[in-house]
Amino acid sequence: MLLKPNPSSGVPIYLQLMEQVKHAIETGALRPGEQLPSIRPLAEELVVNPNTVAKAYRELEHDGVIELRQGAGAFVSDKAPTKKDADKLRAAQATVAGAIEKLRERGVTDEEIRRLVEAELSGVYKSGGPSSAKASEGKSR
Amino acid sequence: MNDRHVIETAGLWKRYDDVEALRGLDLQVPSGSIFGFLGRNGAGKTTTIKVVLGMSRPNRGEARVFGQSPFNSDTGVAVRRRTAFVSDEKDLYDYMTVGEIVAFTRSFYPRWRGDLEQQYLRQFDLTPSRGIKGLSRGMRTKLAMLLALSRGAELLLLDEPTSGLDPSMAEEMLQALVGHVAAEGSTVFFSSHQLAEVEQIADHVAIIDRGQTIVAGALDDLRAQYRRIQLVFEGNAPDVKVHAPGTHRVRRQGRVLTVLSSSGGDGVIEELRGYRPSSFEVSPVSLKDIFLESVRTED
Repeated sequence: MLLKPNPSSGVPIYLQLMEQVKHAIETGALRPGEQLPSIRPLAEELVVNPNTVAKAYRELEHDGVIELRQGAGAFVSDKAPTKKDADKLRAAQATVAGAIEKLRERGVTDEEIRRLVEAELSGVYKSGGPSSAKASEGKSR
Repeated sequence: MNDRHVIETAGLWKRYDDVEALRGLDLQVPSGSIFGFLGRNGAGKTTTIKVVLGMSRPNRGEARVFGQSPFNSDTGVAVRRRTAFVSDEKDLYDYMTVGEIVAFTRSFYPRWRGDLEQQYLRQFDLTPSRGIKGLSRGMRTKLAMLLALSRGAELLLLDEPTSGLDPSMAEEMLQALVGHVAAEGSTVFFSSHQLAEVEQIADHVAIIDRGQTIVAGALDDLRAQYRRIQLVFEGNAPDVKVHAPGTHRVRRQGRVLTVLSSSGGDGVIEELRGYRPSSFEVSPVSLKDIFLESVRTED
């Protein structure tokens, strides 16, 4: 169900795993109440550090996406917002599609768009956005 | 010195004849971590491993393994009993069979794990009757790993465990390692030139250069802190000295100024705002980039 993360992307592997689990829940591949693989088999399957899997699970629990039950394993939380999230994502996708369309009309290439988006996002992991705010300000000059 | 660290060194100096292999090396390996130990050839990795094993005494500085000195004759034995080492050469007795060397090695270690021995014989597809002389590089590595993993050691020291292996064999070794760590909770300290594999399985890294630690920490922290900031100017990029903390390298190429920072991008951008860049981009950095930008390449 989960794919091997890309270790060289500069994005922490635990964040990539968290995104994958959230995505699986949004698409319905994982449903509330269902059990996630335990740490050892998942670490072996993806060939990643078991501490990294444990960290992803802890953070997902903190976000209310899964529940860790002592001795029993990890389960998708009943409260994990699924359908609503999928709707939100569909709406967001429409926004992104519109923005990309506009940029293409202005002659911005796909590669440039990709870099702009990554630049916007890159500050977010650290501090929640001040550098991305500045980056957009910088570009508009 | 505390128990959270399985290996701890402070200010290690080691001189061989007129070569200073270690020049004040500091190292802290957290208990239960998979620790990637990186550096160019000749940076001091193997010397460090020898010091940790008590095989080479530093001229200055301190080393503690499990909180004990590896050089004291009593504690050194205790340290080596809890530590398994696989050398780069994967030294094995060529005249023995697989079964013979397993039995031979087993006889030295009271904490030998028969269950793991059987598990890894199966998992690695090793036939006890096979002669070691005829084994491929990959099978030799698997055998050396079996002998280390079955010892019930709390610390595994691996000197380039995947060198010379094809990609699928290397992946198989990494898989065995992460499985072992998950099941046994051991600490793994391994040196490697394969930065992608270090990024894949390590949670802590140290990059050493010319006998000193130049980058060290939790890999996720490094990923969060290191950024490449690229600023584009209307005319030629200004010839500035960047003072923002964490600035590692500044490159000017025509209208473009590229800065590598180990404390996010904000400080650099703030400092260079006055030069009025027409645009800037902040992007994450891979371990390979951090490595290449940190070690000195001139010889």
